[in-house]
Amino acid sequence: MKNANEMEVIFDSRSENERFARVAVAAFMTQLNPTIEEVADVKTAVSEAVTNAIIHGYENELHKVAVFCRIEDNLLTVHIKDTGRGIEDVEQAMQPMYTTKPEMDRSGMGFAFMEAFMDKVEVESSPGIGTTVKMQKTIGKGRNLWTTQSL
Amino acid sequence: MKYQVQENCLTIFLPKEVDHHHAEEIRKNADMVIERNHIKYVIFDFDKTEFMDSSGIGAIMGRYRIIRLIGGEVWAVHTNPRIKKVLTLSGVTKIMQIYEEEQE
Repeated sequence: MKNANEMEVIFDSRSENERFARVAVAAFMTQLNPTIEEVADVKTAVSEAVTNAIIHGYENELHKVAVFCRIEDNLLTVHIKDTGRGIEDVEQAMQPMYTTKPEMDRSGMGFAFMEAFMDKVEVESSPGIGTTVKMQKTIGKGRNLWTTQSL
Repeated sequence: MKYQVQENCLTIFLPKEVDHHHAEEIRKNADMVIERNHIKYVIFDFDKTEFMDSSGIGAIMGRYRIIRLIGGEVWAVHTNPRIKKVLTLSGVTKIMQIYEEEQE
């Protein structure tokens, strides 16, 4: 496989590690020479998925979260996997503003953010077994959709 | 959490990264201050903030839910383009005003 590179990190489901996870993925993707905007997009999406694993997957119990990254040409693939409680109804969970934990001030925007900031988001989940979020983003595509306006 | 209270107005100086980890602390401390000082207006100061995810949005919405009962308002100041994008995308700008400074 030419121009391919992979990495995987496994860490405890502590909220401190949300930062570690997004920074690790950001560091790995720098070899694609991304814009600051693209790095910020990926960091936000990773943060959402890891936060979901910690809060909803494991309900703040201490277990392991795995983040797998692959680069092939200019395509970045990120998988975030937990072996927690899983999601009964994935379609419902992905609805913007839907949350099972409004009392914890969850906005219900996690999946909406992942979908907005990545090109593709897929969720594989089985109740009692766990959830894997699979995301992809092409780096350096020259998308103008989200470029910020000049000041 | 760094904050300042002036009469019934609370300014929260947000950290560099507003994620689930930091939002928890903000949420707990802010609610204590809001209750103790009869706060009606909450200003989120993003001056130091470079990163925010949906946990930050949840923290803003949660504080709004408390103070709207007494006719309060939430404001955002010193937002950079990235933060503005996250705020706008989440729809939280429907309940929160973004204060725009004059450009020199």
